[in-house]
Amino acid sequence: MKKIQLLLTAVIAVALMTGCGGSGKEKAKTTEKAETITGAGATFPQPFYNKIFKNYSSEKGLLVTYGGIGSGGGIRSLKDEIVDFGASDAFLDDKKLAEMPGKVLHIPTCLGAVVAAYNLPGKPELKFTPELMEGVFMGKITKWNDAKIAAVNPGINLPDLAITVVHRSDGSGTTFIFSDYMSKVSADWKEKIGTGKSLLWPVGLGAKGNPGVAGTISQTEGAIGYIGSEYAFAQDIPVASLQNLAGNFIKPSIESVSASAKGEIPADTRVSLTNTDAADGYPISSFTWLIIYKEQNYKNRSKEQAVQTIKLIEWVIGSDAQKETTNVHYAPLPEAAAAKARAVLSAVTYNGKSLK
Amino acid sequence: MNSEKIFRYLLIGSGVLIVLIALGIVTTLFIGAIPSFKEFGFGFIYSTEWNPTQGRESYGALPFIIGTLVTSILALLLTFPFAFSISLFLGEYFRNGKLPSFLRSVIDLLAGIPSVVYGLWGFYALRPIITDLGLNAQGFGIFTSSIILAIMIIPYASSLGSEVISMVPGNLKEAAYSLGATRFEVVKTVIIPNAGSGIFAGYILALGRAIGETMAVTMLIGNSNKIPTGIFDLGNTMASLIANQFGEADGLKYTSLVEIGLLLFVITGIVNYLGKLIMKKLSA
Repeated sequence: MKKIQLLLTAVIAVALMTGCGGSGKEKAKTTEKAETITGAGATFPQPFYNKIFKNYSSEKGLLVTYGGIGSGGGIRSLKDEIVDFGASDAFLDDKKLAEMPGKVLHIPTCLGAVVAAYNLPGKPELKFTPELMEGVFMGKITKWNDAKIAAVNPGINLPDLAITVVHRSDGSGTTFIFSDYMSKVSADWKEKIGTGKSLLWPVGLGAKGNPGVAGTISQTEGAIGYIGSEYAFAQDIPVASLQNLAGNFIKPSIESVSASAKGEIPADTRVSLTNTDAADGYPISSFTWLIIYKEQNYKNRSKEQAVQTIKLIEWVIGSDAQKETTNVHYAPLPEAAAAKARAVLSAVTYNGKSLK
Repeated sequence: MNSEKIFRYLLIGSGVLIVLIALGIVTTLFIGAIPSFKEFGFGFIYSTEWNPTQGRESYGALPFIIGTLVTSILALLLTFPFAFSISLFLGEYFRNGKLPSFLRSVIDLLAGIPSVVYGLWGFYALRPIITDLGLNAQGFGIFTSSIILAIMIIPYASSLGSEVISMVPGNLKEAAYSLGATRFEVVKTVIIPNAGSGIFAGYILALGRAIGETMAVTMLIGNSNKIPTGIFDLGNTMASLIANQFGEADGLKYTSLVEIGLLLFVITGIVNYLGKLIMKKLSA
């Protein structure tokens, strides 16, 4: 039965990955020399990973393939031990960690954010408070010229237009980060909707992927939705400034996203950065992680394979890879976070012995 | 003689293989759906809530079953007048010549267009029309998806029909004409009774296609996981839900999606079975 399930997962994973360079396939087995390093998971950091893994492959002559099959797929692939590393936008909570066959480590690789993008005639620059976010995304505020929106945005001519909320129809780390933030700032949201990769939406329509949401917003006057910052920055879509915990209205930018990680980071790097207390931090920011097993000898992996995997991940959090982040519209890891990530990596073992 | 044998085994082999694959798919879906069935029982089929939030997970298939049936049946109704006219046009009125062969190629072309292209066309071209007509505010929804589905299934609904109509024995038609029947009367009294079951088979094929269609529907239906209140409301279908949510699914949600897949399989099976029944009645 387990085998059948595995087979199903593999078949579907492969089907889902066509066009992403197909990566769920079985790899290097017991060969002494590492030929390929395979990872799969989150789509949110995929442009970043694609770029740096390509650089890595051409620099070091070691092929790295990454399949953007979604965070859930990444976790499942690691659980099924068919990849060298997984990738996820949401860290594994204690329950999920306990379900994994071995101890799993989280290594943050970069930061991204979720932004509120909208389509209004004249493209005004809007400000949003957490209360407005709750009102709009829960369907309590239904018109753009609502007095509550006008009160936060004096001097802006708001049209008498219905608000169309656009959300993700697919499960997504973007939705997780957004709802994680909303649950922190709104008790009502926390109680009625909660946090998750997909949600029970009281209002609005769903579209698939960041391109789907962004496309629907740009085609629909009066629409508002949330999209990954890397997508919004690259496409230059109008986005709202958000009031953070310190009371400042922060426009999402690479700097303000990076600033959100100024606070204390726990040793295992599993931390939610949303609603950050950093005064200049954008409040819907998040790390994205690579996940690996602490004990690298699983499924007859060779030691060489393990060593190469760790070398790759060390390189990802090093300066060569980090300087690429801004080119693809992500925020680099602040030094404090990178130090924590290196400490996590140093705990990796092969047959119980440190790889260092 | 040897080649005869090889050929024979080849035929048996491919026949058995198809059956094995179909059984394999059902078995996998069934095994994958067991945890969800244990959790929700038959309530899964008529529960209306799809709440994936951790800690309060609760899954029900009804909104998607309704969405699937409404979009595909509406699509079939919309496609019927066009598909039937095309069948008659190609099968009876204009069988040969340049225009019918051109029309035939265009219809074949419709079948060859990838569904994502239909989705894009619906998104950029059809949706603004729906909005301008004031049918609904954003132009998404059941109705928009049904129109796209109707266009997509025209080839399936019409080509079998035109084949069957053209195969109606000529002497029957000639006999009717000799009795002074008009062309319309021939269609009504000779062609439809003779070709009815074949024409109908085409519609069943088309309905099956509409039920399973994923991409174009996902792009146009609005993906709202609630029971639609009318044909202009937003909704979601089973295939579209699976395509949307499978990537990030795990645990209970994963097995619930597999169960949706199993239900979709069952519904397609029922539709085909009913279709066969009606066809038998028609041809008897």
